[in-house]
Amino acid sequence: MSKIKLITKGLVKDNPTFALVLGMCPTLGTTTSALNGMGMGVATMCVLVLSNMVISAVARFIPDKVRIPSYIVIISAFVTIIQLLMQVFLPSLYETLGLFIPLIVVNCIVLGRAEAFANKNSVIDSACDGLGIGLGFTLSLTVIGLVREVLGSGSAFNWHFLGGDGMLIFVLAPGAFLVLGYLMVLFKKLTAKKEE
Amino acid sequence: MLLSLGVICLVCSALLAVVYQFTKDPIDAATVAKTNKAIAEVVPAFDNVPSEEVSEVELDGTSYKVYTAKSAGQVVGYAVESSAVGFGGPINVMVGFDAATGAIYNTSVISHSETPGLGAKITDAAGHFREQFLGLNPRTFSLKVKKDGGDIDAITASTISSRAFTSAVAAAYNVFLSLNSGETDAESGASKPAETVADNQNNEEESNE
Repeated sequence: MSKIKLITKGLVKDNPTFALVLGMCPTLGTTTSALNGMGMGVATMCVLVLSNMVISAVARFIPDKVRIPSYIVIISAFVTIIQLLMQVFLPSLYETLGLFIPLIVVNCIVLGRAEAFANKNSVIDSACDGLGIGLGFTLSLTVIGLVREVLGSGSAFNWHFLGGDGMLIFVLAPGAFLVLGYLMVLFKKLTAKKEE
Repeated sequence: MLLSLGVICLVCSALLAVVYQFTKDPIDAATVAKTNKAIAEVVPAFDNVPSEEVSEVELDGTSYKVYTAKSAGQVVGYAVESSAVGFGGPINVMVGFDAATGAIYNTSVISHSETPGLGAKITDAAGHFREQFLGLNPRTFSLKVKKDGGDIDAITASTISSRAFTSAVAAAYNVFLSLNSGETDAESGASKPAETVADNQNNEEESNE
C-alpha cells in the first residue's frame, strides 16, 4: 500500500469514529465545541503517531507474552509527555480537556493500531497509519463538535453568529449521542453510495 | 521477558523524568502568572506582587488564601481565593475587596467545571450575573440568590451554579471581615461597625444550610 493511501484510508474507509466506532468515550465527552474536539483529536494524533513509530521499531524485541503491558507503558509515557507539554503551551485547552488527556492511554484506537498495524509494519508505514487514523479522528471530532456548537450555542469555532443561546441539549450529554448517531447514518449513506 | 519489560520501563521513566524537569518551571510560572492575573482583575491598582504577600486564614475549618494588594506601602485591597461546590464540581473564585470602602471590587473565576452554555455563564464577566457583584457592599446587600431570599439574580436555568458562586463570594466576604476584626487593620477595619460582622455571620450560617 502506498504511503498516501495509508494516510487517506484513515479519513474514510477506516475512519476510527464512524467506520471502526472506536474511542467513543472521548468522542462523546470532549466534543462540546469544535475547538475542543479538534484539540482532543490533535492530542490523540500526536500520541498515535509517536507510539506507532516506537512500537513498530521495538516490536520484534518484545516477547509475545508481555507485548500488551509493554505497549501500554510506551503509550502512557507519550501521553504523559503530551500532557506536560500541553500544560506549558496550551494551558486553556488543557483545562477544558482535563481528565480526557490521561484517558488517551486507554483509548482503544491507540492500542488497536499498535496491535493491528504497528507491530507488523515498518516504522514509516506505521507513522503514516498513525497520521491517517489520527487525522480521521481529528476530523470526526471537529465535525461532531462543530455541529453541536452550531446547534447548541449558536457559534462556530467560538465565533458567535447568533444572539442568545442555541438548543442547549446539543451541548449537554444527550446531544452528543444524537449528533453522533445522525452523523453516523449520514456517513454510512455516503460511503455506501461510493462502493456501489 | 522480564528484561525487555524492565528495559522499556526504564527508558520510558527516564524520558518522563527529562520532560518533567524541562516543563516543571514553565508550569509553575504559568500557575503563578494565572493567580497574579486573577488578583489584578479583582483589586484596585497596586504596585506590589500580591502572590508573594499571601496569608492563610482559617475560618470555620476551611483555610483560605488571602493576597494583599498594596500601593506605595498602603493596603489598597485584598483578594480572597474561595470555592464552593457547583453543579459539575468545585468552582474556584477570586474575590477582591476594596480596603477603603469594604466593598467587593470585582470577582474572577479561576476554575470551574459547570455545564457549557448554562452554568459556565458565571465566567462571563460582562454578563448581568457577574455585573451584580461589581462594587457591591455586602453590608447593604444579601449575598444570596433571590430564590433563597437574597438579592442576587440567578442565571436562568443555572440556580445551582449561581448559588455556588454567590456562596463562594459570601465566604470570601466573611474571610475579609475576619481579617479586619482579627488583625485590627486600622484603615479598613474602622470603616465597618461591629454589627456588620454579626449580621454577616448570620448570613453565612444560612448559606451553609
